Amino acid sequence: MAIEDEYIITIGLEVHCELKTNTKLFCGCANQFGSEPNTNICPVCLGLPGSLPVINERAVEYAIRIGSALSCEIRPSVFHRKNYFYPDMPKDYQVSQYDEPICVNGKLELPSFPKTVRIERAHMEEDTGKTTHVGTSGRIHGADFSLVDYNRAGIPLVEIVSAPDLSSADEAREYVSELRAILVSTKASDGKMEEGSLRVDANVSVRPLGTEKLGTRCEIKNLNSLRSLGRAINYEARRQMEALSAGQSIRQETRHWNEDQGVTSALRSKEEAYDYRYFPEPDLTPLDPDMDEVATIARALGILPPARRLRLRELLDGELTRSELEQVQTCVKFDLDEHVLDAVRTGVPARLALARGSNELASYVNQATVDSFEVAEFPRGKFIEVISLESQGKVSSTQAKTLLSRIASNHNEEVSALIEELGYKAASQDEISELLDRLISENSMEWERLCAGENQLAGFFIGKAMKITNGKVNGKTLASEMAARRLG
Amino acid sequence: MEIIELGAVEIAKAVKSGELSALEVVSAHLSEINEHDGDVGAFLLVMADRAIERAKEIDKRRSGGEELGALAGVPVALKDNIVLQGVETTCASKILSGWEPPYTATVIEKLISQGAIPIGKTNLDEFAMGSSTENSAYFPTRNPVKLDRVPGGSSGGSAASVASRFAPIAIGSDTGGSIRQPASLCGVVGVKPTYGLVSRYGLIAFASSLDQIGPFAKSVDDASLVLSVIAGHDGMDSTSSRTATYEHAPNESDISSLRIGVIQEMMSDVSNDVLGVFNQSLDALRSCGAKVETVSIPAVRYGLSSYYLIAPAEASSNLARFDGVRYGLRVTGADMNETYGLSREAGFGPEVKRRIMLGTYALSAGYYDALYGKAQKVRTLIVSEFARAYSDFDVLVSPTSPTVAFGFGDKSDPLSMYMSDVCTIPSNLAGHPAMSVPFGGGADGLPVGVQILAPALSERVMFQVARALEGASTYMAKPQWAH
Repeated sequence: MAIEDEYIITIGLEVHCELKTNTKLFCGCANQFGSEPNTNICPVCLGLPGSLPVINERAVEYAIRIGSALSCEIRPSVFHRKNYFYPDMPKDYQVSQYDEPICVNGKLELPSFPKTVRIERAHMEEDTGKTTHVGTSGRIHGADFSLVDYNRAGIPLVEIVSAPDLSSADEAREYVSELRAILVSTKASDGKMEEGSLRVDANVSVRPLGTEKLGTRCEIKNLNSLRSLGRAINYEARRQMEALSAGQSIRQETRHWNEDQGVTSALRSKEEAYDYRYFPEPDLTPLDPDMDEVATIARALGILPPARRLRLRELLDGELTRSELEQVQTCVKFDLDEHVLDAVRTGVPARLALARGSNELASYVNQATVDSFEVAEFPRGKFIEVISLESQGKVSSTQAKTLLSRIASNHNEEVSALIEELGYKAASQDEISELLDRLISENSMEWERLCAGENQLAGFFIGKAMKITNGKVNGKTLASEMAARRLG
Repeated sequence: MEIIELGAVEIAKAVKSGELSALEVVSAHLSEINEHDGDVGAFLLVMADRAIERAKEIDKRRSGGEELGALAGVPVALKDNIVLQGVETTCASKILSGWEPPYTATVIEKLISQGAIPIGKTNLDEFAMGSSTENSAYFPTRNPVKLDRVPGGSSGGSAASVASRFAPIAIGSDTGGSIRQPASLCGVVGVKPTYGLVSRYGLIAFASSLDQIGPFAKSVDDASLVLSVIAGHDGMDSTSSRTATYEHAPNESDISSLRIGVIQEMMSDVSNDVLGVFNQSLDALRSCGAKVETVSIPAVRYGLSSYYLIAPAEASSNLARFDGVRYGLRVTGADMNETYGLSREAGFGPEVKRRIMLGTYALSAGYYDALYGKAQKVRTLIVSEFARAYSDFDVLVSPTSPTVAFGFGDKSDPLSMYMSDVCTIPSNLAGHPAMSVPFGGGADGLPVGVQILAPALSERVMFQVARALEGASTYMAKPQWAH
């Protein structure tokens, strides 16, 4: 029995999400990625002596949007100071919410695992500056010197903390992917992991199969891509399983993920853990959101990914197959659900629209990698035009895919011009008839065997036809013509 | 009358009418500083050139017929924990030596916009932690009334500057009595306004939930005028009240319909000479027609212990930023943590270190509830007991300080020093206004102040009582060299 089958993995995730406000959380400095270092700074976000924070109301609104989108309870909240020394933290404390966060008790449904993950809380806090350690190690220990950019200091964050409800790296990845889709649709965040707009800490523990008590957990810090998240969890879970199997115990500790080596290593143990000495931030007053305003914000959210998936599922009758469920998820993930819905409205069969949306379009808009969340566009009208022709049998499925591919590489291509250029003018009934006559005379033996019941030979004829016409013949039309001849 | 004896109201009036030039006013005060601040040590920095330049500007604006503001040509001394752009601000600490802030505190902007002229940065106990100004990392300030005594603290330099006639008004900060106690010991008026009435933006924080900026002056009316200038909402301070303002109402001194409570618990640790003067002040209030009775507020007895948990806890966090990384003193060590340690070791004095350690401990895991948490409960209790007392009384009174000015080194034991603030601390914990008004001479003829306490945002009635006391007193503290 493999070691993975002897243990149960438990994962809880803490996702830090930068809010896309124009200005920082406590001052008027620009919230902007990629500026020259130390240009978006002022006495407040530099924590200069005598300066004081003033809350950005828009950031509070964004936090309420996120909480509402995650079905959280929005409630009065208090900022605390989290005290610890680090050069990128200008005040040597971070203003964060502690035991009275703004959003609590939410949930998130994983689309493909049928599973509801509980969201324990989503709280507001300020980001720190960004330290670059110069030297071979790339870490503070052994660095020649370190540079600090305070542009990021004071950028508003919402930290979303899940319950330990996830049990595999795949679930964890899907959780983050779905959370990201929800965050983006609230317009409170751009969800760009590569720019650090989303950063994930994973709490991982394992316990022997058949036991109830959760094992000792380790926290892996700062996972910046879905790929790292999955790899780090798998590595860490296996490390813990091997340790337990060898009779060792797990130390509760914070661990660092090394992307190049593919391993986690200990940063500090529980005994060495900081005592953050939280206490209520006296420079800020508690937040007490007006419940009518909260309701207004929630109403203005629009349709969120779970509802968007439901909308697509309802296009199909009866129970959906696993692959249809995946098609639904893919369409929503790549913002192609409106394409599919519009196509169905114009009369295209739902299954065809869904298949083309999730297979062809999704792969075109996702030319980069699955891990990057760059969402490209695909002209909706042209998509509908192509699959309408396909559904009417005016172009074959192969032709339809070629058309979509051409449009993907150049959005300005016109469908009618492409059909002309590629010679996709649908063959007339007479042309099909002539073609079949020719095929039968050239392959009379095979035709007799087909008529005698060797149905697999139909493919042989379609193949020949494709060869003769350079793929321009509509296979479906030819197949029905053959069926008619055999009967007649 | 000599210029240096004039008050703020009189100076502003004279400058506006052209009777005096702002330059004459500033020059008179600068020459007094030149002559006597060597003995007193009120200033860490005298801004002579800037003040003269500013005075000339005001005189020019006057001759151009421009509006000059309520404090036209009035020199003001600023406690050196309030920032003024480009002027070294140290909090009397080595750790900020040489630091020039790139921005100006809201209170200073307000003062300047009304024509006041910053004349210097005054000495204090390092980071406002102390009651004698002996904790300044640079030099102690002497009490101008008797140079072998302390001026009180932590705003000892500001109190001494007014008592010395170096400036008609000064600005201080009061976290547990740091305006009122030195005002009492130097024989001047000192006001701690309601928490939130005056912006803290630009005040280098000691204990954020307790700190409040307020004025020193030679008269109640001057203090009232200055408060009216610096009060009001500031969008840069979230704890500044959105609605509160203070309007200067000169000459309001009728207290015949007032009920005045004498806080029983604040009489127990007071020396006999102070008690004697205080009792005379009660007689004076009665003869003005007020109803004066004793009231018990038992919770104030726990004020001191609760304060010495809350204030150090906040300070331990507020002072973390002085780490040698971005500004101020840096002593480079082998690594980051050693640099932090060495910089803070060299930069902070013993009292500051003591309070950082007290506060760090009070907030530590496992101690929070028993220490900081409990102290906050005492604070709530004090607020509710004050509220009960104010249902029977308009204002409350007590001695400001249990003793007159003491000698240097007399209170080397920190606890005995902490006792100096036993009567002033409860107002900070409650966030209520309180002020000290000089009333008479105690031992060695040294000044004794009476503290008037009022409910939140009831500065107006507090000033009425202060004017009545001022009117009933013939006492006037003089600098030692003026005798």
